[in-house]
Amino acid sequence: MDNGGLCALLDPMQPAPFLQIQDIVKDFDGHRAVDHVSIDIAKGEVFALLGSSGCGKTTLLRMLAGFETPTSGTITLDGHDLAGLPPYERPLNMMFQSYALFPHLTVWDNIAFGLRRARMPADEMRQRVEAMLKLVQLTAFAKRKPHQLSGGQQQRVALARSLAKKPQLLLLDEPLGALDKKLREETQIELAHIIEDVGVTCVMVTHDQEEAMTMASRIAVMSEGRLLQVGAPGEIYETPANRFVADFIGNVNLMDGRLVEDEPGHVVVECADCRHYIGHGITGTLGMPVTVALRPEKIRVGRAAPVTVEGVPDAAFNRARGTVSEMSYFGSFTVYHLALPSGAVLKVSQSNTERERGGQLTWGDEAWASWSTLSPVVLTS
Amino acid sequence: MTKPSLRGRLRRGRAAVIAIPTLWLLVFFMLPFLVVMKISVSEMDGATFQDLVRLQDGSIAFNLKFANYLLLVQDDLYFSTYLSSLKYAAVTTVACLFIGYPFAYFMARARPTVQPALLMLVMLPFWTSFLLRVYAWKGLLTENGWAANAIDALGLDHVLAAVGLIPAPGQLMNTPFSLVLGMTYTYLPFMILPLYSNLSKMDLRLLEAAADLGATAWVAFWTVTVPLSRAGIIAGSMLVFIPCVGEYVIPELLGGPQTQMIGRTLWDEFFSNNDWPMACAVTVAMVLLIIVPLAVFSRYQAESTERRP
Amino acid sequence: MSTRARRGGQNLTRWFGRGWLGAGYLFLYIPIVALVLYSFNDSSVPNVWQGFTVKWYRALASDRELLDGLWLSLKIAFVTATSSVVLGTLAAFALVKYRRFGGRTLFAGMVAAPLVMPEVIIGLSLLLMLVSVQRALGFPERGMVTIWLGHLLLGMAYATVVVQARLQTLNAQLEEAAMDLGARPWEVFHLVTLPMIAQALLSAWLLTFTLSLDDVVLSAFLSGPGATTMPLVIFSRARLGLNPSVNAVATLIVLAVSIGVVVASWLIARQERQRALDIAAAARPT
Repeated sequence: MDNGGLCALLDPMQPAPFLQIQDIVKDFDGHRAVDHVSIDIAKGEVFALLGSSGCGKTTLLRMLAGFETPTSGTITLDGHDLAGLPPYERPLNMMFQSYALFPHLTVWDNIAFGLRRARMPADEMRQRVEAMLKLVQLTAFAKRKPHQLSGGQQQRVALARSLAKKPQLLLLDEPLGALDKKLREETQIELAHIIEDVGVTCVMVTHDQEEAMTMASRIAVMSEGRLLQVGAPGEIYETPANRFVADFIGNVNLMDGRLVEDEPGHVVVECADCRHYIGHGITGTLGMPVTVALRPEKIRVGRAAPVTVEGVPDAAFNRARGTVSEMSYFGSFTVYHLALPSGAVLKVSQSNTERERGGQLTWGDEAWASWSTLSPVVLTS
Repeated sequence: MTKPSLRGRLRRGRAAVIAIPTLWLLVFFMLPFLVVMKISVSEMDGATFQDLVRLQDGSIAFNLKFANYLLLVQDDLYFSTYLSSLKYAAVTTVACLFIGYPFAYFMARARPTVQPALLMLVMLPFWTSFLLRVYAWKGLLTENGWAANAIDALGLDHVLAAVGLIPAPGQLMNTPFSLVLGMTYTYLPFMILPLYSNLSKMDLRLLEAAADLGATAWVAFWTVTVPLSRAGIIAGSMLVFIPCVGEYVIPELLGGPQTQMIGRTLWDEFFSNNDWPMACAVTVAMVLLIIVPLAVFSRYQAESTERRP
Repeated sequence: MSTRARRGGQNLTRWFGRGWLGAGYLFLYIPIVALVLYSFNDSSVPNVWQGFTVKWYRALASDRELLDGLWLSLKIAFVTATSSVVLGTLAAFALVKYRRFGGRTLFAGMVAAPLVMPEVIIGLSLLLMLVSVQRALGFPERGMVTIWLGHLLLGMAYATVVVQARLQTLNAQLEEAAMDLGARPWEVFHLVTLPMIAQALLSAWLLTFTLSLDDVVLSAFLSGPGATTMPLVIFSRARLGLNPSVNAVATLIVLAVSIGVVVASWLIARQERQRALDIAAAARPT
């Protein structure tokens, strides 16, 4: 059901999506890099293609840009089929991972490059370049050459250059990949603001979940050329469609079990170390094998046996007992590994909300873990 | 709509870029070889060649004269000339490697600020006319020349005579010694440059790792540096050996009656004897001689263009 | 190994290295120094110093044979260098940009072969082919054109190596970025690729110019009546024995080349230094 399509199918009066990727396949010498991918993207959206290297996201981006030709399938931008159009005739622009600034040109000339190719009149061009420089706050650096700029400055020039022609679509290839951690956080926010201000539709490619989740309004998780799930960041994180997505995004505990109860308002899943009472229904048959995904931050852990958890009918559900086998202190939070009777390990993440907590857990302690009915998610694939 | 015409244009552009040099090489490089092979088996009729293939009495008659090739194999003189060419080329290559490897090594290990200057000082003689520098050795090795005096003073000429490199003490010019010296001198930059290029790109941390694992500097050199520089050694050796086999100018200016090289033989057959078919046969045989190192070099070149940094 | 022993070993290596480099450079330069010195020798008996003079240089001014040869060599060298760079760039592009095309290995082999092939082989085979062509079509006459063809064959091989080395280090994304911004393939080439390989093209030009100027064997095989290049003049004189006029020419050439190489190296070094300073300045937090 969830193939990235918007509700256009249900409402024939709604206009076609701004960018339509329809059933794209790309084969390289017998190896299938992109496997029947279809995505609809609305105007003004910031859309992220997320996946590890080799999953096909960069190939897909390059097909949008025109550097690769799809083996089959179509790409339509604002109603126009992009097939056969070379990169220099497409109304879109790309910001490259290595920035690809022309080293022999100044910042000013780099930004003006695309405008010159479009034969823009000199006055208009000057105004546009100056506007771009102002947008990225590099007006003072206009006469410098790329090697005279820092990494962050170079990135801003690359952004200004790709926005100069007011493209209908902006493609970003691992925009923050080349920056170090501190710079990345600052740049993320700046970048997001600029894109929002300009209002351009944006497709970005990244392997960094944080990047995707903070910058994009919708994310497509890809693996081995296939689309696994498309949705808003919260959707993907809290309701992953399958094991792969659940495991790929953030940290998760995956517990295999059997479906023993299936009612419209709740389900019960029997796992090796615990019974889950989960507050949403699914379509399934009793007895079928399912996986329960439970995020570490949603589990409470402590020495005392938990009091009745809200919504749970009795103390038999949504709790487990184990021994602390690992403890990692991260400053703002601590991660505990709880060894359960069956041998499985439950990862629990707890915020350190107070500076000194009496009775804090340590290695070898017996502890109880508990969670609410809305914390776990049932996965059928 | 734009699809077929754009692809067509791009394909035609790409075809032109490949086709122009290819055509040039086929016509001016490959074709001449075929011509040489043809002439080597032709009967020379005064100033023209007789046809190789003729229609005689209704059937095809071949008029291939293999006598030249037979002569090459049977005549001791040709055979020993080929052998000595290979010998001198090999000795020169070893000498260049012996002098050039440490040279390139120490260049690559010098302070980074000094290396460009060192490189420039090696390039300078390379850019200066090689003919003039060979000629300079003529001056140095003749009587009263600086090198002649130095060798005489050090008593080295007795050593050289004993080894057989010079016929008698005091006679340094037109000997195997002067020939090898001249060739080594001329081709030394061709050995140093690929070696330097290779050695300067070596990751020095590998040596640190070797030291950390217990290797002394000497051991690390032989087990890490030398194997890693193999590509440079091969490139340098091919760049010296192959041209040396067919050298003409240096044997002519610095060699003598004792040092017959195949390049001179070819020249003499062509210019002095005017025996074109013989010269061609000598050429074909020479190509066969160097075909193996040539193939090694070609493959190395082709591979180096495929490897992307 | 004790630290002191290791440090001692390192010192020994350093001095050995300096010694070897020193001896090597001496070996490379002594002939040149001797050449220059004896060009001022006031005596026609070689190697016997009999006073300082510049008469050999004055004689050069009226040495018709040598001057004509020089002029011819310069003309041929200029044409050779320019055509070598053009053909070499095409070949380099073919090798670097187009990963797979039929006969690529053969092509790469053919391009590289003149680099090592003994010149007598190239000279003889090219001459014989040109003679056959001349017999059939009436042209080309042996002379400047045929010499140029031979030099071009050699020059193209060298130019290809130089340009190819530079092309390989180019960031492919630069050309893609140019296309993305609206540049058509030809514009990409002359606005982005060409400026970036310009220095390599220049050094390829200079290299092939020098090669052509200096060539003996190919010129000997391919020249005709009235087309005697400068190296051929020098060679015929050198064969006969030592000749101070040759020393004088040599000194002038050495001077010209030295100035050129030193100036070029200094300019490049200065550019590199400035670049390094710029990069360091940019990296410093403002």
